Amino acid sequence: MELNVFILFMAAIFTSNILLTNFLGMCSYLSVSRQIESSLGLGFAVFFVMTCTTALNYFVYYFVLVPLDIVYLQYIIFIIVIAAFVQLTEMVIERLSPVLYYSLGIFLPLITVNCAILGVSLFMVIRNYSFIQSVAFGAGSGIGWLLAILALAGIRQKVNDTFVPAGLRGAGLSLIITGIMALGFIGFSGIAVIQ
Amino acid sequence: MIISILMTVGIVAGIGGFFALLLIIAESTLMNYGECTITINDKKKITEKGGSSLLTTLNNNKIFLSSACGGRGSCGFCKCKILKGGGPLLPTELPFLDEQEKKDMVRLACQVKVKEDISIEIPEDIFAIQEFAGKVTSIKDMTYDIKELTIELTMPKEIEFKAGQYVQFVAPRYEKSRQSVTRAYSISSNPDHKKFIELIVRKVPDGLCTTYIHDYLKEGDTVNFTGPFGDFLIQDTHKDMIFIAGGSGKAPVKSMLEYLKAHKSKRKMTYLFGARTEKDLYHVELMKKLEDDLEHFEFVPILSKPDEGSKWSGKTGYIMPFLKEFIGKPENTEAYLCGSPGMIDAVIKELHNLKITDEQIFFDPFS
Repeated sequence: MELNVFILFMAAIFTSNILLTNFLGMCSYLSVSRQIESSLGLGFAVFFVMTCTTALNYFVYYFVLVPLDIVYLQYIIFIIVIAAFVQLTEMVIERLSPVLYYSLGIFLPLITVNCAILGVSLFMVIRNYSFIQSVAFGAGSGIGWLLAILALAGIRQKVNDTFVPAGLRGAGLSLIITGIMALGFIGFSGIAVIQ
Repeated sequence: MIISILMTVGIVAGIGGFFALLLIIAESTLMNYGECTITINDKKKITEKGGSSLLTTLNNNKIFLSSACGGRGSCGFCKCKILKGGGPLLPTELPFLDEQEKKDMVRLACQVKVKEDISIEIPEDIFAIQEFAGKVTSIKDMTYDIKELTIELTMPKEIEFKAGQYVQFVAPRYEKSRQSVTRAYSISSNPDHKKFIELIVRKVPDGLCTTYIHDYLKEGDTVNFTGPFGDFLIQDTHKDMIFIAGGSGKAPVKSMLEYLKAHKSKRKMTYLFGARTEKDLYHVELMKKLEDDLEHFEFVPILSKPDEGSKWSGKTGYIMPFLKEFIGKPENTEAYLCGSPGMIDAVIKELHNLKITDEQIFFDPFS
């Protein structure tokens, strides 16, 4: 599959946003989108981990799993790689910057079980991306996820100041907002679609 | 078939093991801060392996900063001045510090990790706080969910404390808790008796320490605690005193009242005890006796929901509406509150309405 890296990167952010078209990574998306500040923290953490683990998993897949002929184990192995990477990142951040650790650190364990991260690694395999493409796709998806959660957090903060009928409060309204946002993002799909 | 299963298991285990090894190496290099020196008040120096919180490190060296939550960063009691080292102020500390404290470099010891040489300043009387061991001589049921413990001190044999102070009780590892936990309980006995202390403990559903005390602790057991802590103390004035406390909040009030009785205080005192039903009342006889022994003391139990058909003839409802009745001159009154943060906030609001200022209100919230 020969896709221009830049197009792939932009497509991962807008037209094929991992959250708004594949609906991956919903649990942390719904639970940490109350405030712009914390959603920004989580978004950056997801972006960082997603980019790095996609690159790592690329090597693990093509240099370990394929030669050993155990690609059917990719789910387990990818999760192990992601969990180990998150742990390692947590330690490095704690050592280097306590402030960043306390604002980001509480979100890092959440990321281990964020299905969007695993999803990006699996898409990379299914769609036969090259290394450069994989990194662009990982980074783009991370930015796309950050964009989506930031938008929801902003809208939810506005909604807080208005009257919401009892039946819609909480997750109900968040899901409707997400649906409308997803519709909005479909507007981009005339540009390029990667799936 | 078998071979391929074994190989698969082996490969997954191998990859998992490789990452585990990587993490162990990372932990031993990244998390290793070497020996750090803590200088206290420019006099005492302690050297300890870095990596744990300042509160824990000080505790290991028998310096006991007060802490009601056991280092979870939810009570804000373990404040101390950090003059050098300790890193930047963390978001977890911000809710507990006001502007002046931030300027004075006050930090929460449980949130600061010892990663370098640190120099701190703590009040001198913290050095007086000791570790005690004692034997439980009696456990009495006060109500269906409140017990009173009597602990005879064995090592050291005496404790010096003031009425209203609390100790930190250590519950060891037991079935329901994989690590030992520490929780604060007010002393309910008269400080003139130095050879034993009494604690009043209400059972918290699923509470690690209260479950231990209620369901596992037996008479004759040895227990450990540190103390005394706290500045919820009788003010040395001649003003009227109004005590407001419910449930196990009676502990510090009982200690104060017994102390005042022993010292023949002539101050006017009122104790409003809030409870739900008659089942929640306890130590009523003792309070009646205090009414006889103290010159101007009145005990007023108030039930919020007496049982249907009970013979309750006392006051009914919440405490707030009754406050006015028992406050003579607002400027000549001191209020002593002990209870849940919610109850304390509500009472303080009402006291403000009755023209009692913050300087006249003293309280001890359960955290």
